[in-house]
Amino acid sequence: MSSTKFILGLFDDPDDMMHGIEKLQKNSIPIYDVYTPMPIHGIEDKLGVKESRLGYAAFCFGCLGASVIFSILYYTLVHDWPMNVGGKPNFAIPNFVPFTFEWTILFTAFGMTLTFFAATHLFPGRAPRVMDLRATDDRFVIAINAKGNIPHEDITNLLKEAGAVEVKHNNRKYVSYE
Amino acid sequence: METHNSLEEKFEFTGTAKTVSLIAIVLGVVAIVVGLMMGGVHVQRTFTNLLLMSYYFVCVCTAGVFFCAYQYAAQAGWSASLIRIPQAFAKVLPFASLILILVVTAGLFTTHEIEFEGHKQVVPYLYASWATHGLTIVGEENYNAVIAGKSAFLNVGFFYGMLIVLLGAYSYLGLALAKASENEDTVGGMSNYDKSFKLSCIFLVIFGFTFPIFAFGTIMSLEAHWFSTMFGWYNLAAMHVSGLAIIALVIILLRKKGNFLWLSENHLHSLGKLMFGFSIFWTYVWFAQFFLTWYANIPEESVYFFRRWEPEFKWLFWLNIVVNFLAPLLLLMSRDAKRLTNRMMWTCIILITGHWLDYYLMTMPGTIPSEHSGFGVEEIGIFLGFAGLFTFMMLTQLSKFKSLVPKKHPFLQESLHHHI
Repeated sequence: MSSTKFILGLFDDPDDMMHGIEKLQKNSIPIYDVYTPMPIHGIEDKLGVKESRLGYAAFCFGCLGASVIFSILYYTLVHDWPMNVGGKPNFAIPNFVPFTFEWTILFTAFGMTLTFFAATHLFPGRAPRVMDLRATDDRFVIAINAKGNIPHEDITNLLKEAGAVEVKHNNRKYVSYE
Repeated sequence: METHNSLEEKFEFTGTAKTVSLIAIVLGVVAIVVGLMMGGVHVQRTFTNLLLMSYYFVCVCTAGVFFCAYQYAAQAGWSASLIRIPQAFAKVLPFASLILILVVTAGLFTTHEIEFEGHKQVVPYLYASWATHGLTIVGEENYNAVIAGKSAFLNVGFFYGMLIVLLGAYSYLGLALAKASENEDTVGGMSNYDKSFKLSCIFLVIFGFTFPIFAFGTIMSLEAHWFSTMFGWYNLAAMHVSGLAIIALVIILLRKKGNFLWLSENHLHSLGKLMFGFSIFWTYVWFAQFFLTWYANIPEESVYFFRRWEPEFKWLFWLNIVVNFLAPLLLLMSRDAKRLTNRMMWTCIILITGHWLDYYLMTMPGTIPSEHSGFGVEEIGIFLGFAGLFTFMMLTQLSKFKSLVPKKHPFLQESLHHHI
């Protein structure tokens, strides 16, 4: 049993890589993930990546922000310490609008950032997990889980045929660990 | 779906669209005649509706020029294959401007007698609050110091000068943009694109500084005692949202007829984002204007909202926020919603009627005593008439283009493959 954990196909051209994805899919080889130095149009559809649910998180955080500040305003200005400002009623909703608007945006922005960090395991202090360092520079990398995908030679040949400039058989998943 | 699009496609203006728009124009004319014949307050309502709709008409056509201009100035690629539609709007602008000037002339120079503060007064149908004879002449019975102080801006000569110069400039630049794009089709190369870029920048500077003046003069001066510096931006937001909604609606309807098949849900998505964003911007400016007036509560400022607070208008005042803010906010919030043709179509229709209501609330309370306001033959008929006129003129201009796509636009391929 080989100790290979992941097979990486490194391409220097995004079109070759897209071709490689097609080839692997035609041969029913599941792709673990693809790493590219730049966004590539249509790659999500091709890989069947599920649509991001970040928008729903944003909506929930926005609602949370609006309710939090509305409660604070209500408690402080209406319930706890009502004041007469310019003869306006204490519960003057137009006054609450700017705050509610700002806090909705604030919570949405921060909430989305935090959700993104949580979902991608990217937060300050954590070493980024990278399968191949050149995927952030000039290589387009297709990663295939070696476990269960045999024979490895066939996969290597498929990637080479598709135009991979290099095929790596890695014994560990990531180049870098924290 | 077709995969091979002909870049030579032309638009033929025939069939139902032509018949329906001509019928609508006839209905509009009938409504104007009926309104004028009914006499009394109906004449005033007819005039106000004519002003409302001719202003709306000019604004939508100007929004076409504005759209073209900021797409060129931003060097946007996605819109290249739909730019003929706003260009057709731009080509109608000179005609729309002419109609607005005709309506304004009719309103300024036809007078009627009203009873004001106990004595009879002869006032014009439109702009009575500053164009009535004697308001600015010291010693006259109806001399008004506030209006006299504003007479450097609010006088007939300046008013016409402003309308002619501003609408002339917008029309000229709009036509020049459309012409450069048509030249590009035959000549190719970058020269016409560069020219469009330059024209767009000139237009945006002129437009940005002068549109508030146009809005102050044409609409805000209906209630000349009151003023709001937000009013110009508020109108800019309204005209932009309604213009975008009409551009999107035209695209959707033409696609259903089998034109513009290269436009996909991605283009709708981009337009939907603009509509969504600028609806929120409209609300922002609307609220800023309302909030400051409400908070300061100075009588000469709050009189504007006091009028709109009368029972006849109050529910419309709130409905305005529902249709122009809540509706697009909730209907277009999610990504997928902007990509659904029917969802977009209905939102466009809501926004188009919504901004009619917005303009109604800007014009009607200031010209009609609230107990005489209403919604009847004049409102519906004149709206239909102008909608028909716009459709007829715009589709006629669209059919004059040699191709529905700017064939040699440098970003055409980017637009044809627009994907978000």
